[in-house]
Amino acid sequence: MAEVTVNPSAATAPVMEEVSGPWRDAWRAFRKNKTALAGLVIIVFFIFIALIAPLIAPFDYKEQQLMDRLKPPSSTHWFGTDDLGRDLFTRVLYGARISLWVGFFSVIGSIVAGTALGIIAGYFGKWADMIISRLFDILLAFPSILLAIAIVAILGPSLQNALYAIAIVNIPTYGRLVRAKVLSLKNEEYITSAKAIGMKNMRILLSHILPNSLTPIIVQGTLGIAHAIIEAAALGFLGLGAQPPEPEWGKMLSDSRQFIQKAPWTVVFPGVSIMLTVLGFNLLGDGLRDVLDPRMKN
Amino acid sequence: MSETLLEVQHLKKYFPIRKGLWNKTRGYVKAVDDISFSVRRGETFGLVGESGCGKSTTGRSILRLIEPSEGKVIFEGREITGLPDEAMRKQRRDMQIVFQDPFSSLDPRHSVQRILEEPLIVHGIKSRKERQQRIEKLIDVVGLTRTHLHRYPHQFSGGQRQRIGIARALTLQPKLIVADEPVSALDVSIQSQVINLLQDLQNEFRLTYIFIAHDLSVVKHICDRVAVMYLGRIVEIANKHQLYDMPQHPYTQALLSAVPEPDPDLKRQRIILQGEVPSPANAPVGCAFHTRCPKAMQVCTEVRPQLLDTGGGHMTACHLYTPASSGME
Repeated sequence: MAEVTVNPSAATAPVMEEVSGPWRDAWRAFRKNKTALAGLVIIVFFIFIALIAPLIAPFDYKEQQLMDRLKPPSSTHWFGTDDLGRDLFTRVLYGARISLWVGFFSVIGSIVAGTALGIIAGYFGKWADMIISRLFDILLAFPSILLAIAIVAILGPSLQNALYAIAIVNIPTYGRLVRAKVLSLKNEEYITSAKAIGMKNMRILLSHILPNSLTPIIVQGTLGIAHAIIEAAALGFLGLGAQPPEPEWGKMLSDSRQFIQKAPWTVVFPGVSIMLTVLGFNLLGDGLRDVLDPRMKN
Repeated sequence: MSETLLEVQHLKKYFPIRKGLWNKTRGYVKAVDDISFSVRRGETFGLVGESGCGKSTTGRSILRLIEPSEGKVIFEGREITGLPDEAMRKQRRDMQIVFQDPFSSLDPRHSVQRILEEPLIVHGIKSRKERQQRIEKLIDVVGLTRTHLHRYPHQFSGGQRQRIGIARALTLQPKLIVADEPVSALDVSIQSQVINLLQDLQNEFRLTYIFIAHDLSVVKHICDRVAVMYLGRIVEIANKHQLYDMPQHPYTQALLSAVPEPDPDLKRQRIILQGEVPSPANAPVGCAFHTRCPKAMQVCTEVRPQLLDTGGGHMTACHLYTPASSGME
């Protein structure tokens, strides 16, 4: 930044102009997209709840009040209590932490691994592509939840391992996406021109290929978080994810399913929370696709 | 002026055709099939031919953007085919390329500033001030202004983008620029501006151009010498006066007769070629042109004609001009 003030000729002219760039243009378009904004609002709301859960939760999520089992929603227990007399409002608040944590980090893991593999496969081709693509095919040959179950079975049931399993299962999704994108980018003339300039492969990958393959990853990643949250809930439901007394939404559903008739609130609130978060990410993902994907324009 | 800058010897580029389960090579597309020529320092060397004749592949093979299958490229007396990666990377400073499509040759995510600065960074010009000076000078030279530096490619017209592409090629102060159909994608009104710019730059920086084109009138305007390509081979090389006034090869004659004439009263003989261009995967034996040549002889179907000097540096690969050909090989 200091350079700009040193060099007066560079500082004077460009300031007048409206700042524009691919990302800024996308943000401008995004602001006009109502559904995407709604999605963003929902997500921000849940992130906010997750962050301040310890401050606003009226009880401890582990605290059992066996006298108050399966109480309907009331002024003390806003969402009622579960079969062990734990406050559901508190547990749903803390559940947001777990679901968002699993969602974000499993997707980040899948994206990092998938992008690295996809770029290598797409850019270098030949045997690297052969090996990586077959690896993806093998991973994709299993139904994803089955593979996740197998991985958790090997690693042992815990939330952490469920996160790893979900990350591994989703690597091919991003890997294939990136590979396809890189294959099409490779033939762009600006890549040839980068070579003509004398850029090294690594620099071409980081400076040209990666930034240009980013938009589909962002879109897929946003939708992927929704998917990962559902998978985590499913693993939790099967008892392979979060372990008691962790307040994971999917786990809460499975623990309460025998009380659906008697105490529907035990299922409704975690269920609605899952649905809303997933909806938020889906809306945002669709909106981002509209904004970032040039093929969707008009 | 007559010093040789670039020499191409027996350059070949064969693309394998792979088929079947095991990707077995079932033949080759001979995109560039044994061509040789030399380019003098400071001249504009034209490479013309219809689409698919291998002129772009030739241009890119010379710069090793496509690795040639065989043959030598000698730049300033140094053979660059076979140079190790790092040495080749350094060599690239001296030889640049301007692309046909100004819409795909600039990274949409980079500002003009970054597009022009990148080559300088890559080649280790550390001082930011020096880079900035060079960039600002170049943007002036190609007829844009400094305010343009902070914009992105999509904010420019085709002609402006091509100017940016040219500026990028110039940042490293190259000696040779391969201009791969630099004006074909532009409006006619813009074409002349860009061509004039290229000519001005040539005078200012003592550039040598290899100018690839299919528009013969553009080539006539800008080039000193012209090579005509057909099916991956050079059929004729001559300076532009020889070529345009006295074309020797029947293909060149047909090609030139197709150039539109501004005077509607001027009657002339239009040579209409029969048939299609054969596939470069299955080029005819002998002279590649014999299947369509109005003057084909028996020898044309058997012996491939050599590119020979028919006088005054006018080189033609045609049996019509080599009376001794019957005795060859």
